[in-house]
Amino acid sequence: MDTVVFKGTTAKESLLAPPPILPPPVKRPKAKKTKKAVVFFEVEILDAKTKDKLCFLDKVEPNATIGEIKSMFHKSHPQWYPARQSIRLDPKGKSLKDEDVLQHLPVGTTATFYFRDLGAQISWVTVFLTEYAGPLLLYLMFYFRVPFIYAPKYDFTTSKHWVVHLACMCHSFHYLKRLLETLFVHRFSHGTMPLRNIFKNCTYYWGFAAWMAYYINHPLYTPPTIYGEQQVRMALVLFLFCQIGNFSIHIALRNLRPPGSKTRKIPYPTKNPFTWIFLLVSCPNYTYELGSWLGFTLMTQCLPVAFFTAVGFIQMTVWAKGKHRSYLKEFRDYPPLRSPILPFIL
Amino acid sequence: MINWQWTAKCNMASGIAKWVSVMSAPAMGTTKTAHSDLAPKKKKGPGALATAYLVIYNVVMTAGWLVIAVGLVRAYLARGSYHGLYYSIEKPLKFFQTGALLEILHCAVGIVPSSVVLTGFQVFSRVFLTWAVTHSVREVQSEDSVLLFVSAWTLTEIIRYSFYTFSLLNHLPYLIKWARYTFFLVLYPMGVTGELLTVYAALPYVQKTGLYSITLPNKYNFSFDYHTFLILIMLSYIPLFPQLYFHMMRQRKKVLGHAEEYKTE
Repeated sequence: MDTVVFKGTTAKESLLAPPPILPPPVKRPKAKKTKKAVVFFEVEILDAKTKDKLCFLDKVEPNATIGEIKSMFHKSHPQWYPARQSIRLDPKGKSLKDEDVLQHLPVGTTATFYFRDLGAQISWVTVFLTEYAGPLLLYLMFYFRVPFIYAPKYDFTTSKHWVVHLACMCHSFHYLKRLLETLFVHRFSHGTMPLRNIFKNCTYYWGFAAWMAYYINHPLYTPPTIYGEQQVRMALVLFLFCQIGNFSIHIALRNLRPPGSKTRKIPYPTKNPFTWIFLLVSCPNYTYELGSWLGFTLMTQCLPVAFFTAVGFIQMTVWAKGKHRSYLKEFRDYPPLRSPILPFIL
Repeated sequence: MINWQWTAKCNMASGIAKWVSVMSAPAMGTTKTAHSDLAPKKKKGPGALATAYLVIYNVVMTAGWLVIAVGLVRAYLARGSYHGLYYSIEKPLKFFQTGALLEILHCAVGIVPSSVVLTGFQVFSRVFLTWAVTHSVREVQSEDSVLLFVSAWTLTEIIRYSFYTFSLLNHLPYLIKWARYTFFLVLYPMGVTGELLTVYAALPYVQKTGLYSITLPNKYNFSFDYHTFLILIMLSYIPLFPQLYFHMMRQRKKVLGHAEEYKTE
């Protein structure tokens, strides 16, 4: 049978399912304006560790993408869905991107790729939703003093301190904001992450949320004493300011990237004053996040919250430095004044 | 007998031997070492100065633990019983065990090719037992479990530090290597038993006195129950000890493996 190049990868191809009437030059160009003499590639995929031949694909279009090759590989090995495939030119090299085109890679007409199984994958959206829903609900359980947390005489009572109510609102608002951003704002570069991450991440978020909530909503909680009401007010202002800031940055980053794409561009300040911090910082979303949690720490004057802020700051600094470094690598004209997370400092 | 040098280079402990030979080669990787998984990734290995320092460090530690060993024996002979020997070696034990904190620094700086986290973890657990349990809870100091872990530590450390010393000097007697990878089979469980029994003995006193514990209410809205913490520490031995033990057993097979070809099991 006159072969369609690869079986059913694109909708277009299946529509072009061969009517037998077509004259059979084997080299049949696609609707793109390629010349008649198209050289098909052969692709062999080897296991990166054992070098076993896992799959051989012939008659691969030269403008096939890695993503399409992954789909084809998935057909012969159904247990390895594309998201868990890492395809690379060198067994120890970097993963190729889904968008990379076969003929633009440094391969001959018989391309050899190495495959590594990334393990079970889970979508970023799923992980984010799970890890943020936990703190939202757990904190509320402590706030409403659900039984078996505190002494029975306190079950379903409420704290007499107004700062405790305020803290609950702030904490809940924060995680609600995160959930909504995950659903409607963020544009993720990667679809998936390794499955074990969900356990790690949820332990972190849920664990810390429970730990903080336990003390803030405790019957023996002591509201801020150092500067009292003034401290709580200023902390609230800081918290709200940084929440708006963080949201502004998320929107600005979203607008850099057309829907469904994975483009990367240098972010710049927009008309929104909260984004002017881009002049000094590469990852102001982390800067604002730190500010929010500092506000929450001051508001509650609770040491576990301070620990959570500190740990989060360390992690975000690591991420910010990595992001800053990849900006510098990717863009020659990256503004030199910017620091990763703290203006001029870090 | 070059053979042992080859197998030795493929494992963590004799990573040290490896970069002694790396040091003598003009550039990284020109020696016959296949880069082991613990190959120092960026650094070339210690220079002559670092090696000299490490030799001194390991010699001093070997000597220190020998002092503790001798102290134990002499006290036993003097008293005629196993009880209360802790007091006779309390000071050198504290000094030399705490001194082991330097090993974390060695890893961090890169002159020793081990993981900072792993080393830190091991040293901290020792230091914790020495100070936060045995020193802090006077009532357990006369327990026999203390002697159990102190003697396990002493024997282990004498062998371990002399192993490092000889490796650094590139003259490792097979006996020392064998001892390092064999004695642990008994000493490790022995030490763990002593440690667990000591922590367990400390529990009632910690609960009674509220040692190192913070209660609510307080202005930082924080609490800490040392008693519960100690119980959690004891529970953590359950997942951790087997992992470390079997890791050492795997190392043993790798390092001493060739010797077993000649043995008939």
